[in-house]
Amino acid sequence: MGLALLVIIWLITFFSTYFFAAKTWWLPHGVSTAAPWIDHQFALTYVLMGIVFVAAQGALGWLVWKYRDRASAKPAEYSHGNTTLELLWTTLTAILFIGLNLMGSSVWARERFEPAQAGSVPVEVTGMQFAWYFRYPGADGKFGRTDPKLMDPSAGNEAALGLDTTDAAAKDDVVTGTMYLPVNRQVDLTLRAVDVIHSFFVPSFRFKQDAVPGLAIHMHFTPTETGDYEIACAELCGLGHYKMHGMVHVVSEDDFDKWLAAREAEKQ
Amino acid sequence: MATSAPVHAHAAPQGFIRKYIFSLDHKVIGLQYYFLALVAVFVGMFLSLLMRVHMIWPTAILPIVGEIKPETYLSILTMHGTIMVFFVLTTAPQGGFGNYFLPIQIGAPDMAFPVLNMLSFWTTFVAFVVLLCAFFVTGGAPLHGWTGYAPLSALTNSGPGEQLGADLWITSIAIFCVASLMGALNFITTTLDLRAKGMTMFRMPLTCWAWFITAILGLLAFGVLLSAGILLLLDRNLGTSFYVPLVVVNGQVMGHKGGSPLLWQHLFWFFGHPEVYIAILPGMGVASQLLSTFARKPIFGYRAMVYAIMAIGILGFVVWGHHMFMSGMSPYSAFAFSIMTMAIGVPSAIKTFNWLGTLYKAKIRFQTPMLYAIGFVSLFVSGGLSGPFLAQPVLDIPLHDTAFVVGHFHLIMGVAAIFGMFAGTYYWFPKMFGRMMNETLGRIHFVITLIGTYAIFMPMHYLGMAAQPRRYSQFTELAYLQHLLPLNRFMTYAAIITIAAQFIFLINLFWSMFKGPKASDNPWESTTLEWTTATPPPHDNFGGHTPVVYHGPYEYSVPGAAKDYVMQTDPAGVAAH
Repeated sequence: MGLALLVIIWLITFFSTYFFAAKTWWLPHGVSTAAPWIDHQFALTYVLMGIVFVAAQGALGWLVWKYRDRASAKPAEYSHGNTTLELLWTTLTAILFIGLNLMGSSVWARERFEPAQAGSVPVEVTGMQFAWYFRYPGADGKFGRTDPKLMDPSAGNEAALGLDTTDAAAKDDVVTGTMYLPVNRQVDLTLRAVDVIHSFFVPSFRFKQDAVPGLAIHMHFTPTETGDYEIACAELCGLGHYKMHGMVHVVSEDDFDKWLAAREAEKQ
Repeated sequence: MATSAPVHAHAAPQGFIRKYIFSLDHKVIGLQYYFLALVAVFVGMFLSLLMRVHMIWPTAILPIVGEIKPETYLSILTMHGTIMVFFVLTTAPQGGFGNYFLPIQIGAPDMAFPVLNMLSFWTTFVAFVVLLCAFFVTGGAPLHGWTGYAPLSALTNSGPGEQLGADLWITSIAIFCVASLMGALNFITTTLDLRAKGMTMFRMPLTCWAWFITAILGLLAFGVLLSAGILLLLDRNLGTSFYVPLVVVNGQVMGHKGGSPLLWQHLFWFFGHPEVYIAILPGMGVASQLLSTFARKPIFGYRAMVYAIMAIGILGFVVWGHHMFMSGMSPYSAFAFSIMTMAIGVPSAIKTFNWLGTLYKAKIRFQTPMLYAIGFVSLFVSGGLSGPFLAQPVLDIPLHDTAFVVGHFHLIMGVAAIFGMFAGTYYWFPKMFGRMMNETLGRIHFVITLIGTYAIFMPMHYLGMAAQPRRYSQFTELAYLQHLLPLNRFMTYAAIITIAAQFIFLINLFWSMFKGPKASDNPWESTTLEWTTATPPPHDNFGGHTPVVYHGPYEYSVPGAAKDYVMQTDPAGVAAH
């Protein structure tokens, strides 16, 4: 049984590690300024934890085989432990875990501590059962007033958000069900939810943030490649959670301006 | 210490009802908890089978169950999580094994408060029945997940199952909290007051330390969940706004104002994270006990093990925010929670090193209980090492709320804890039922279950890396998930095989109970007190006398001793160390 355990544990370790190392399934291709930093921290953690994983499982398999009970075996060693070893591995583990954590913290700080830069594209994202709406403030750069009493989800877009058209700032607001962003420009995101908690998750941007009713959460990110990227909802929000998805089109600055102008024109 | 036994003695009951139903005997109550958890685990496992099947064949019409709609899937998911966390992981290791063996292992005739003990079991039973009722009411069981995030859980029109089903769900949890508080008080008092002569705290088996610290965690955590649950009931039924701000559900402006959805998350996880340790600490205790016993070697670093359990217990209360890195909580506080979470990895690692150290230069016997203890260590390592990923806020950006998290917590608090229970069952079965379980069936069950759990839960990490969100009933809507379908199929097949293999365990359990070979009083040649008494133990545990303890719990292979183990009650000397 000792040999069987060794084989089983080592095989499990081999297959688990193989699919990690071969990158058979991996993070989606990252297309934001944060992606390389996050991926680097991920890879670092993964290499270190991988080494510990293989070492620990390897040792477990080897020990149970090597020290199995058999006729020729020596009696077990009568030992209650070793304080020096105890201190050694406690210190090493503490350094490894805390050090790893501190290395990742600068990335977190860059993403979440500072507000968006001047000149970034303001977009408001609103989650509701089970759709995402995107609002652009128009030429005045200001988001107009919305009123919960005016919200009509069945009508979609402006009406779904309850945009109050009596407010001057609201007149040029554009609301869409698909997100357009210019490439290589920072996005100044405001996240809202009207009913329950949703989570705005764009795997390719390495971006995720809950949208919480009652809060306006400000975030920023910068897409770095043009293309179409999927948005998923990552917080359980009800029966349609699995189909609450959306699309981000990252386009050139020119195409973005043209698109926005066309939407404005449609409104008038 | 060494309180005189007669104060707590109660006469052996006569008659079926007093003996087996409303029993005051901690051993009977322990078995009641165990069998309640056994029923619950099979219900919970059946629900997981339905989920795995639905994920890969979303439109299939299943026999008996019919078609699983997305909302049915979410109800099943909610009930699976709630049943498993509360009625399996909290109930069997602590209520079951703890109740049965804590008093015997410390040399007490019963728990400190036998009536309270009976009451806490029957309260747990009521909680379970109330929870199951949620399946059968109009609208069905709630769909808000076991974490019940508000406002989804606090509104009655946020989805099917959010009417009476959700009220029953939170009521069941509140009742369970009351039961657990009673149990926790009993465990703490028993450990502190009823230890036999010579049984100092540092001579207690590590199982007792685990049950003791778990009880303290329960006492501090369940009170908070109870309060949080009552506030949720008020929000749902009396129009208060603890958790709900002004919200508009499907165009309808609700009457709430000014509440905070994050308040629920803080309160829930203040309970929820210690709960993880409530589930796993008893398993760690069992693993330590068994590794030492079957390795025929003293546990490596007994005191370090005790301090590690304490450190985990304390740190477990200051890490709850790591569930909330993406919640909108202040990004600055993420720093503190993250560091604390990494710190809790240290005592966990100490335990792992000490288990490996125990095996070094040992003489290992591979009876079934030991196989499960070794499996526990393997799973604990695998589940534990994904922790440092999730503890980093920056890596939660890609990984939070994906299948990676599901793989992580299933390995470490799900199946590792369940391996602890299997280990405990195979180990203590002879003492509980006076017969041995079948070794061959035990080995087959072990091999399939170990490989099967890895085949189900290891791929979840790959899915999570590829950004498959959790709690999705089907993967038809997102294009980037399509290439993951073959892996999802593989996991479902693995789940079907692994679940089928659990019937081997069930057959072994019940067959051995009646037909297994008779067990001797100490079949594993263990050293702790439960193996000094008759099999099964008499009503007062030690047949009229109180044991006297002379040394620590894991004196194996003592040089110069007659046998390779020295019982705790053996006055013959063990050289001081």
